[in-house]
Amino acid sequence: MSELTKLKIAEARDALRKGDVTSIELTEACLAAIEGAGVLNAFVHKTPEIAHDQATAADQRIKAGDAPSLCGIPLGIKDLFCTKGVESQAASNILGGFKPEYESTVTSQLFDAGAVMLGKLNMDEFAMGSSNETSCYGNAVNPWRRGNDDAQLTPGGSSGGSASAVAADLCLGATGTDTGGSIRQPAAFTGITGIKPTYGRCSRWGIVAFASSLDQAGPMAKDVRDSAIMLQAMCGHDPKDSTSADLAVPDFEAMLTGDIKGKTIGIPREYRMDGMPEEIDALWSEGRKMLEDAGAKIVDISLPHTKYALPAYYVIAPAEASSNLARYDGVRYGHRAKLSQGDGIVEMYKKTRAEGFGDEVKRRVMVGTYVLSAGFYDAYYNRARKVRTLIKKDFEDVFAQGVDAILTPATPSAAFGLGEMTEADPVAMYLNDVFTVTVNLAGLPGISVPAGLSKEGLPLGLQLIGRPWEEGDLLNTAYALEQAAGFVAKPAKWW
Amino acid sequence: MSIDIETAARVAHLARIKVEEEELPALANAFNDILGFIEQLNEVDVEGVEPMVSVTPMRLKRRQDGVTDGGMVDKVLSNAPDAREGFFAVPKVVE
Repeated sequence: MSELTKLKIAEARDALRKGDVTSIELTEACLAAIEGAGVLNAFVHKTPEIAHDQATAADQRIKAGDAPSLCGIPLGIKDLFCTKGVESQAASNILGGFKPEYESTVTSQLFDAGAVMLGKLNMDEFAMGSSNETSCYGNAVNPWRRGNDDAQLTPGGSSGGSASAVAADLCLGATGTDTGGSIRQPAAFTGITGIKPTYGRCSRWGIVAFASSLDQAGPMAKDVRDSAIMLQAMCGHDPKDSTSADLAVPDFEAMLTGDIKGKTIGIPREYRMDGMPEEIDALWSEGRKMLEDAGAKIVDISLPHTKYALPAYYVIAPAEASSNLARYDGVRYGHRAKLSQGDGIVEMYKKTRAEGFGDEVKRRVMVGTYVLSAGFYDAYYNRARKVRTLIKKDFEDVFAQGVDAILTPATPSAAFGLGEMTEADPVAMYLNDVFTVTVNLAGLPGISVPAGLSKEGLPLGLQLIGRPWEEGDLLNTAYALEQAAGFVAKPAKWW
Repeated sequence: MSIDIETAARVAHLARIKVEEEELPALANAFNDILGFIEQLNEVDVEGVEPMVSVTPMRLKRRQDGVTDGGMVDKVLSNAPDAREGFFAVPKVVE
């Protein structure tokens, strides 16, 4: 049975349609794999009953001949998505016990397409983190190890549970969200594929908000084709999200030809960072060669404001978070602190938020409060928004010069050990997102594709950045890169 | 720009997060690390640059300003830590 969980979505779809397997069988196999993988701490709320019901319905639908690509496919859902009647806590104690009365648009669309929910996945608290170490559920663990070293590694973050679950074959695919790199960095750390679409492609309705001008949902899957299939079902216009784009969604899978002859790929010189490990640089050069061999034209480009992306992000994202997280006040949902005699409403807010939020979330909410406070708004927040305009213009300029996609490393290193960054100051952790955060600030689509192994045997990813709304073309370039890289390594099972 | 303990306490109050006296120095240090990092933005020439409002040029959709939903008090209150008689309950706010 365990072999079933190793299937890719496209393979499972074909087997389901042929009648070689049922959704119930697939779902049972995944639930068994999840039971056996408790040590990875990827699934934090399991929903076997919902999964059985959805799988039964999917099998009937397939039998009736009405089966979209995702019909009967077992998926994991990041805890940031509100799922009706199921704990949706954003990995935070402040949302302890919260069971939404409604379903997020993205999960509704997945379920309408017949997908099966196995449970909710671990993540950094409110998606703030790059190692899944800020979660109220404890760390998610990477199924990959450094050779025979049994030290536990981070699956990355914030979508760490999603990455761990897909890499360990606990589910066929998972949802993620990406505010500064939270889909692409964990995908790179675990040898899977993840795409953040253009801002506005996926509805944000029903996804717990972190930084609303940056947040986007996207799929995390075993390869580019599976990512295309999932993305297709996840995106589309939603009147309930005013920033959701009213644009037709093309058939992404049909656009995967692998033909990138005549495409122009830009290599940004500012992404060659001081102190970047040699193996990351080498992988980047190999990626460049792979795309060139596939017939693309490679050009060196400049994105001059790259250096300022992380500092701008660490003004804008906390500012938006401080506003978004103001709703956690102990009144309408989640945790409320026990009050002492004579405590008024302000004490209730302060104690509730002190108890409910973890340290990193508190830090970011307070930094956001500071940069928005009277006297600092112009110096920090408005300046950061101006720099954001310049960062976006950098990309517009190279696209206007005819560049179709941009190739960069996905992360500045392979997965690091859990606990290794505890002693470092917060900024050291922020540097994980140095290659991914520009993409959120500019609202562009970006995809991480596994492309090689580090000398310690850990997966490394390359990132491709596309033009706005051209996810189909971006996925096709990623498909060509995937074929050339031929990455098939899987973590040896130790859990 | 350096954040002192007094400023850290003021920001914690504005954010409505209780921070114990003895935790304030560490908090001020963390702020200073982060703000030191952010200071780099001062190197950028932003003269004449418009602050970004929307990352994708789009005109927000308009709709009729009318009631589209409602009449579900039980659902609205179902997750409340304290709800009574169809209302959210909080400590006394006015004297």
